[in-house]
Amino acid sequence: MQLFNDTSFFFWAGALSLPAFLLGILEKPIRYYGGLVTLIFLWLAMGKNLPALGWLAGFTVGEYVLIRAYLHARRTKGRQTAVYRLVLFLSILPLILYKILGLWGNPHHIFAFLGLSYLTFKAAQMVIEIYDGLIEEAPAFDFFYLMLFFPDITSGPIDRSRRFSEDIHRRISRQEYLDMAGYGVFRFLQGMVYKQVVAALFYTVMSWFGMDRSLGSILLYMYAYGFYLFFDFAGYSSMAVGISYVFGVKTPENFRAPFVSKDMKEFWDRWHITLSHWFRDFIFTRVMMVLTRRRVGKDKLTRASLAFLINMGIMGLWHGLSPCYIIYGLYHGVLLSLTEVLQKKWKFYKKHKKDRWFIWTERIITFHLVMFGFLIFSNHLHELAQTPQKGDLLNGR
Amino acid sequence: MDAKNMTKEEVTEMVLDLLEDITGDEVVREERDINLLEEDLIDSLDYVELLLNVQDQLGLVIAPSELKREEMDTPNKIIQVILSRRDA
Repeated sequence: MQLFNDTSFFFWAGALSLPAFLLGILEKPIRYYGGLVTLIFLWLAMGKNLPALGWLAGFTVGEYVLIRAYLHARRTKGRQTAVYRLVLFLSILPLILYKILGLWGNPHHIFAFLGLSYLTFKAAQMVIEIYDGLIEEAPAFDFFYLMLFFPDITSGPIDRSRRFSEDIHRRISRQEYLDMAGYGVFRFLQGMVYKQVVAALFYTVMSWFGMDRSLGSILLYMYAYGFYLFFDFAGYSSMAVGISYVFGVKTPENFRAPFVSKDMKEFWDRWHITLSHWFRDFIFTRVMMVLTRRRVGKDKLTRASLAFLINMGIMGLWHGLSPCYIIYGLYHGVLLSLTEVLQKKWKFYKKHKKDRWFIWTERIITFHLVMFGFLIFSNHLHELAQTPQKGDLLNGR
Repeated sequence: MDAKNMTKEEVTEMVLDLLEDITGDEVVREERDINLLEEDLIDSLDYVELLLNVQDQLGLVIAPSELKREEMDTPNKIIQVILSRRDA
């Protein structure tokens, strides 16, 4: 069974939500039942692939041992940078190995299980915040429930441990729970329509009319793919947020009308929000601090541009090691840097940034830049170049 | 410099100096409940500078992921965060 995809998932999601609903109304904690449901879904999703389940278990337990050990070291030995770097490296090592092995097809399916990329974020966040002194304990139940929580295990939204723990231990009044559950059901249904109806429609348009090599066809593919990607991913995220509310957890939102953004910085505040905010808090800001401390670059703007490139470059690598993802990341890095430079240096921008016509122009430009980025991301151009076309034979090219 | 040896007024003054420097606008002194984000006076880059300066000039470490933007979006809130950190 594929989570959020197969008919059987929707059946089980509905059936297993009922007891959660009952617990919520009775003002009882939902977390232990939620833990049980998480195990049931993991079994339904991966029970037929025992090696994957084994890797998942091994990975999660490994991260837990690492985090407990680091907590101990942090408490007894203090804030030591070398230890911190080593532990952080170990926590993301499985993902790095998986990505590198993928270049050779990973025939032994090492670390191959659903959600590795997303689980790594949660573990790394804990390591970083232990170093920062924000996390002083990691109870086993909270840790495993956060890591494996079935609504967001496959593709996010990426929750944070301190927020999540607070949520599952908070006492929710009946009135609040009813509001949450109502909102959750609405978001779940909304997500189903987004993913199963709207995204499917754009996918059809894309695969019927967007497969030729003509410019018109490529443009059609680009816009249809962009909307497909949005409705598919925002739809999934909406379902994930929705069902987590029913289980008493306010999983953070992942999308907020991204296509109305007036610049690329705003776009990343509206698109895959939990990912880009993770990158902002744990990579961009820290890179910026290091660059400033070491006085790299001649001014703040140079450092910011460099930090944007590093930040988005890593985001590209995280998506995968193939050229299309790396170019996609760097494309966004360059656009963000340019945005920053224009907004700080361009007098015309400062003068007109509050004008209606100017904001609309910005929105239109941003929209097309974003769509072009998705075209890179889709790898469509590369695939077109590699597959022979009907036209080629007819023209004898 | 260490905030622990400074009076509340001295810390406040120092933070306001910092904010005036970062935003380039002395309005932060007069209107201490002004929303810095909505008024476009501060952005992500400026927050980095703020955190670094707080660390260097007041000896207080605030981690980038520790606080939400809404918890640090007015001069008064920033001052409160820093004072409560000093007294922790």
